[in-house]
Amino acid sequence: MNKLSQHIIWLLVAITGASAVGGIALSRGEHINALWFVTAALCVYAIAFRFYSAWIASTVLIVDETRATPAERLDNGHDFSPTNRWIVFGHHFAAIAGPGPLVGPTLAAQFGYLPGTLWILFGSVLGGCVQDMVTLFLSTRRDAKSLGQMARDELGALGGTAALVATFAIMIILIAVLGLVVVNAMKHSPWATFTVSATIPIAILVGFYMRYFRPGQVLEASALGVVLLLLAVVVGGWVDHHASLRLWFDHEGLTLAWWVMAYGFAAAILPVWMLLAPRDYLSTYMKLGTITLLAVAIILLQPEVKMPAVTQFIDGTGPIFGGKLFPFVFITIACGAISGFHSLVASGTTPKLLSNERDIRMIGYGGMLLESFVAVMAMIAATVLDPGVFFAINSSAGVVGKEAVEAAAKISSWGFPVTAMQMQVLAQQMGEATLFARTGGAPSLAVGMASIFGSAFGESMLAMWYHFAIMFEAIFILTTLDAGTRVGRFMLQDMLGNIWPRMAETSWTPSVVASSALVVSGWGYFLYIGVIDPNGGVNILWPLFGIANQMLAAIALSVATGILVKSGKLKYAWVTGAPLLWLIIITSTAAWQKIASADIRIGFFAAADDLSDKLAAGLLPTEKAAIAPQLIFNLHLDAYITLAFVSLLWLIVFDMLRVCSRYLAGKPTPPLTESPHSPSRLVEDWVRD
Amino acid sequence: MLAKFKAFWRGVRQLSGDDAYERYLQHYAEHHQTDADAPLSKADFFRKWQDGLWQGVRRCC
Repeated sequence: MNKLSQHIIWLLVAITGASAVGGIALSRGEHINALWFVTAALCVYAIAFRFYSAWIASTVLIVDETRATPAERLDNGHDFSPTNRWIVFGHHFAAIAGPGPLVGPTLAAQFGYLPGTLWILFGSVLGGCVQDMVTLFLSTRRDAKSLGQMARDELGALGGTAALVATFAIMIILIAVLGLVVVNAMKHSPWATFTVSATIPIAILVGFYMRYFRPGQVLEASALGVVLLLLAVVVGGWVDHHASLRLWFDHEGLTLAWWVMAYGFAAAILPVWMLLAPRDYLSTYMKLGTITLLAVAIILLQPEVKMPAVTQFIDGTGPIFGGKLFPFVFITIACGAISGFHSLVASGTTPKLLSNERDIRMIGYGGMLLESFVAVMAMIAATVLDPGVFFAINSSAGVVGKEAVEAAAKISSWGFPVTAMQMQVLAQQMGEATLFARTGGAPSLAVGMASIFGSAFGESMLAMWYHFAIMFEAIFILTTLDAGTRVGRFMLQDMLGNIWPRMAETSWTPSVVASSALVVSGWGYFLYIGVIDPNGGVNILWPLFGIANQMLAAIALSVATGILVKSGKLKYAWVTGAPLLWLIIITSTAAWQKIASADIRIGFFAAADDLSDKLAAGLLPTEKAAIAPQLIFNLHLDAYITLAFVSLLWLIVFDMLRVCSRYLAGKPTPPLTESPHSPSRLVEDWVRD
Repeated sequence: MLAKFKAFWRGVRQLSGDDAYERYLQHYAEHHQTDADAPLSKADFFRKWQDGLWQGVRRCC
């Protein structure tokens, strides 16, 4: 009877999920309630977790709960330490959840709500969650080795080097695009600039507090920091209304970009306790708190989604970024559905805490489900805006024109009515000078969040909510930026150490300064170009980032598929092989189009040629002619980088196929490096508190 | 209810690392009782613990 009622419950979940997905897929012409999105997501996740992930764990991976994990075997009381699974889940989720799933869906909303939402749901349950879970499992079985190490051991030196280079490259592009998002959010906004700048001294204060004033009192110091952050949002409003103070914080994008670079450099060379660690605490609390608040607000308020299911921009003419639905919706959503970056956390970091293999499913698969849910909420926040308003905020001046009336007329002519007056009123409500052409995704997400929070918790504080949302995005973007610069610095020092051993000493000041400066100039260059680009820069950098991130995911899935085949599980290799094949198709198609397309809004070479023709013919206005040579050089560079990414991807895929075919032909391959079985002693006496 | 709240609070402390020193002392008592040197002071332990946290990839996109 019990069994029967369980069957009935799962049948009901399946029917509800199918109707919700069907509802959002087939709804045309009228507004649809955001609760349908939440219902569809929860049902899809529940079924995937209950059945697919359980099947992978028991049949494909064969997790063994009696086997001691690295945390148990190598327990040393600090980095290797068996930890309660909810705590590990918290650490894992805090590490994987970054700004990507917030920005990606916001940009992809230009295709309408449907394509992005479907990919977030099905891409995660069939691709992203599988990648995270399998990588976590493989690393757990290999003494918590990193992805690069596993690639080298299991595939060969080629695979290992490719993984290392890919990781470094993606880091540079990622930081540049995130820096650009923050700069665009602060541009000519004294309120936002003040609040974001204030997070730096607040973090330093918190750092000193926990290091010297009250050593180790982490929660106490963080509580102080959170209060100060909220205060900074309020004070920012006051600064914004102060006639002379506001000038201090009112800057051009380029000035802000230089500041962001200086900040990144400082954060990479200062001791971690001073800036990086305390900022990370604050951003983690802000992130978890705000995401929870957003979920509560959406469920309480049940806003109507106003964006159509599918817009005409699926033909590739979209104002936010050029390119057709296939493959660019997949490249743009990126981290919300499948993120290669997660495989770096799932290998190396999380396995050191895992107390039992049976928790791999909940932490690896479940953690990514939650991340996917964040992406669904970002999609809701973008699509509850009037489509006209959404496009007005996110379309660059280069596409719709500089004048408000002109831009509003252009956007209205696409069938998304908006007036300059309406935008003016909205900007005033949000406490901003203008909301036209605020590209990068952060401002439109903040407007969406402010309108959701405002309707749920009080309309009068819209400007406060808007700047709270900006602060929330900026603080963890800057955390990724400084943590990423630091990791990039370590990787570079490691690589340079092969040439000159002294460079690998992580505390030798000349090496620290030189390698930090190199990493910062790497991403600083792309940030600089993004800021001076008249089309907003995000339209170039985000697809590049998406391609890089999907490529890293393809590397992780190649390693996983190779190991599955070598473990004699060929018949289950499709579990990682199918998402891998899909990623190869979308990244290669996207890369090919970015390189070879004749459309100047997609192809890098086409855009460069068009610009040099115009420059030669003297058709460009003076200001644009001055920067044109730089833009042309950059477009060529972007094309070659894309080519390098896709070559790297094919290299590792062929390497994996070579190893697999040698294995299947009975020829020698690098042996499996799984650590031998040793029985867990924690199973019997481990108390789950 | 109170028990649940206490468990939640324990989780928050553990997640944030607020109780890291207490856990270190416990680990020390269980595994290193016979060592010659005494356990680290709270300030020293916290320094080592915090510096050790930031080796490797801890934050993502």
